[in-house]
Order: sequence, then structure tokens, then C-alpha cells
Amino acid sequence: MAVKQISIFVENKEGRIKKAIDTLAKENINIRALSIADTTKYGILRLIVSDNEKAIEALEKDGFIVKENEVLLLTVPDRPNGLNSTLAVFDEKGINLEYLYAFVSSKTDEAIVVMRLENMEKAVEALEAKNIKILETEDIKDL
Amino acid sequence: MFWNEKAECMNKEEKEKIQLERLQKTVKLAYENVEFYKKRFDEAGLKPEDIKTLKDIEKIPFTTKSDLREAYPLGLLAVPREEIVEVHASSGTTGKPTVTAYTQNDLDIWGECIARGLKMAGAEKDYIIQNAYGYGLFTGGFGIHHGGNKMGAITIPISAGNTKRQLDTMVDFQSDILTCTPSYAMYLGESREKAGIPLEDINLKAGIHGAEMWTDEMRKRIEASLGMKTYNIYGLTEVMGPGVAQECGEQNGMHIQDDLFYPEIINSETGETLDYGEKGELVLTSLTKTGMPILRFRTKDLTSLISEKCECGRTTVRMTRITGRSDDMLKIKGVMVFPSQIEKALLKVSGISPNYMIHVTRPDILDEVEVKVEATKELFSDEMKEMERVEKQIQASIRSETGIRVDVSIVEPESLPRSEGKAVRVIDERNFE
Repeated sequence: MAVKQISIFVENKEGRIKKAIDTLAKENINIRALSIADTTKYGILRLIVSDNEKAIEALEKDGFIVKENEVLLLTVPDRPNGLNSTLAVFDEKGINLEYLYAFVSSKTDEAIVVMRLENMEKAVEALEAKNIKILETEDIKDL
Repeated sequence: MFWNEKAECMNKEEKEKIQLERLQKTVKLAYENVEFYKKRFDEAGLKPEDIKTLKDIEKIPFTTKSDLREAYPLGLLAVPREEIVEVHASSGTTGKPTVTAYTQNDLDIWGECIARGLKMAGAEKDYIIQNAYGYGLFTGGFGIHHGGNKMGAITIPISAGNTKRQLDTMVDFQSDILTCTPSYAMYLGESREKAGIPLEDINLKAGIHGAEMWTDEMRKRIEASLGMKTYNIYGLTEVMGPGVAQECGEQNGMHIQDDLFYPEIINSETGETLDYGEKGELVLTSLTKTGMPILRFRTKDLTSLISEKCECGRTTVRMTRITGRSDDMLKIKGVMVFPSQIEKALLKVSGISPNYMIHVTRPDILDEVEVKVEATKELFSDEMKEMERVEKQIQASIRSETGIRVDVSIVEPESLPRSEGKAVRVIDERNFE
């Protein structure tokens, strides 16, 4: 099972990211992980937050365009080459990676990576075949 | 069915007879009372008596917007001042405004035109018309108002703006007809959806929209978002205001009230008169106005005329949707481009917001065009690849419609200016001096 991430469209204009983060703060929503993909004109702000429904509602009310979609969260050992063993699984099956970002939790010794793959179903199958644990929403609740 | 069956369904012979009589009278009125026309006729060696047939109208020199500007404000009156009861003016965004003055007779003509149009849109005396055209010097608000009064319908002079109040009024009064610019209708439709007002709660049957160019794609969106049929209306301050022409339920060209206004199509470069069906610039002559009669006014609007009788039974000449203005045409990298083409191209891409802005610059020696489009939930994706695909798709659509390559920028929703009057779609920052 995958975790749901929210993505926000932000134009490259002064204060837009801050505005989005402020909106979330006002609703007491905790951001667990964040990344930005950007072009010269706009960026896509991707977030894992504590309460998607509340976050989407608040952001849309403030005029943001928000999308929710599934990503895979995995733990990788926080040491050199830790990530490669995981990526190798996808390589083997020829599954393309769309994007990836990582965060480190203060409560474990492992890093957590957030991944979006071209074929999510196949990716899950591949990981399960190798007995690699995919984190559930529950698992990241207390991070 | 018809507001004025006799006038709207006349046969050709009758029509031409009336047109000629009225033209001769108007020419005489203008020549004898307006210095400007007398001078123009004298320079051309023309006398009012020389207008013996309708075809002779081609001998009359054209009147242009700059002629009207020079006569600002009341230099073209054909009657004593005490007979004038109302004036309107164009916005004057491109220079001094142009003024039109109306006698009571002229206001009656205006009301008659609008009443014919309201009837085409199905109006009855007990209909509620929510008139969201701006009231003021702009002809939209008062024009519709005079027509509503003429018909005896209930006109709500709500004017443009205050969108929440517009929606409340639509629901509370159960307005039957909405009149406003197409871009404002689109905005009201969007706002209704956003406010979560179900379509069943409003009772609009028809929307009468004009004063700016709009495309069929835009029409579909307005009709869907407000649950009504829309009617394109045409007119211009210099000639009278809205109501010179309007679509009937067939939505197949706008019926020109040609017993009151005589239409011609000319080649805008040579000034030569073109045949029915040929595309060119519309030229209008008022046939019954007395305050400020206007002879062969060059509208700059590009269209063509349809002479065949319409399915609706009316015999009035129809004009096709305006595809551009000979002066809002953009010449980009030497290619003629009309904003309406870009709009058409945009609306072909699904999930696109109808709000856009065309920005033309010339940073060095080459023109650059940036088209800004607002992001929508449908076109936004968490994947960059997908966003780039959408941009390319928009670019390709514009290229196939106009032949030019533009830069597409997706901007945040509601970041482009919304207009309550005429929408500003083009910013041309090229310096040609």
C-alpha cells in the first residue's frame, strides 16, 4: 500500500511557497516531508503531511491548485550506498523512476525515501518479491 | 416569435425600397445640417440628389473613428442641441473618446433594436432581465435597459461587478435573461460553480452577450456553466450601441436590423465594396437616426454577410461572427494573428481555463509572444514531465491555429485580471518607433 502525497502548483513569484506553508501552519498541519521540483516559471511543491483532507481543503480555499496521489515510502539504511540496493530492484524490472526525495527521521537510524514510479503496481510487486517493507501511513505518523 | 414581424420578415423589394427612401432622407439631413458631411460631399463633388439607387451609397466617402474624434464632443449633431436627450461615449482607450448623441427618436430606435433581440432570445413581458452590462457612458447598460423598457419586461439594472450580488440576484429573482460581456458571463459561470450553487437553483434561459469577441468554444462553456442558451449581440457606440445585430435561436449569424442600419462589406485596404459571403470590413450607415446620423462608418470589424432567409423566418441580412478587427490584428514575426485565434486554440486543449493573456515583446529584433494560461486542477500534475507535455500541447495547438511559435506559461489560478467590462487579452510592449 502506498502513502498519499499532496502536490501544489506554485508560480515562481515572491512569497508563494511561504503562503502555502502558512496556510498549512494555520490549520495546524504538520509537514513530514517536502520537496520542490522547479522550472524558471513555476514549481511543484510535493508534501507528505499529517492530514491530507484538511490540508487540501485549506489550500484550495486559499486559491491553490492541489493534487493528491500515491507515492511509495521506503526506509533505506542511512549509510553509503544505502539507496542503491533499493533502486537496483526497479532497475532489474525496468521500472522508471519519476522522482524521489528523502528525509531523515530523528527517531530511527534509517532514511526514508519518497518515490513515484512510472508503474506503481509493478513497483510494489517488485518490492514485495524482495521482501522490502513499504511504509504505511501508520508507520510515519509518529515521525 | 417576432417583435416586429413586418420589419424583420420583409421581402427584398420592400426592404430595398424602404432602405433607399431612408438613405436619401438621412443623406439630405446630414448634408444640410452637419458641416463635416457637407464638406466631405463637396470635396467629392457629390450632392444628396446623386444618391438615386442603393448602389450609389458607394459614392459616399467613408467616416472613420478619427473623424468622430475630431468632432469631439458634439460636432456632428444634425439637430439643434435641445433635441438631444442622452449621450454615450466609447472608452477612449486609444485616444479621445468618441461620443454619440441621441434624440428621443434615436433612443426609441435603440429600444426597438434591443426589443427585437430580446424577443429572439425568447423574452416575454414578464421576463426578468438581469442587466449586468456596465451602466454609464458605455452603451451596454443603458442600451439593454432602453430595450427592456420598450418591451415592458422587468429590467434589473444591476450593472457589472459585485459577483456575489449577481449570483444572489440570479437565485432570488430567478432571472430569466442575463445580459453582460461574454468574459463576465464566463466569470459568473465559474463563480457559480465555485460558490457551489447548483444549476437547478438558477432559472436563466438566455444570455445575450457582446461588446467583445468570443468564440464558439467560449459559448459552449458559458452555456454549460450557467445552463442557458446564449445569443451573440453586436453594436458599437459610434453607430448606436448594442443591438445593431443579434443572433436568433438558430445561432447562425447575427441578424442586422437592416431597415434601420445599412450594412456593407469592404476590402479594408482598397475600400472596394465586396459581395455577400466575402470576408472584409463591416461598414454601417444609419437609416433613421436623426441626432447624429452616420454615413458609411468603418467599423474595423471583420465579418461577412449572409443574404439568405434564416430558418427562423427573418429576412434581415445576417453577419457572421466577427473574427477580428482590422486594428486588433497583431502582426507577429510578419504573420497576421488575431487574439481570437489564440483563444480558439487554447479552448481546444481540455482542462484549460478560459482566462488568458497574450504578451508580445521585442527584446531585440525578433518578436516574442508569451501566452499566459491559468493552471487548473485538470491540467496540473505532480510530475514535471506531464506539465511539460501540457505546455507543448498548448503550444502545438496555437501553432496549428496561427502558424507561430509562442512561449506558454502556466500561472496560478485567478492571477490574471478578470474584467467586468471588456476583457484585456493582449499586452503589446513592442516599440515600433
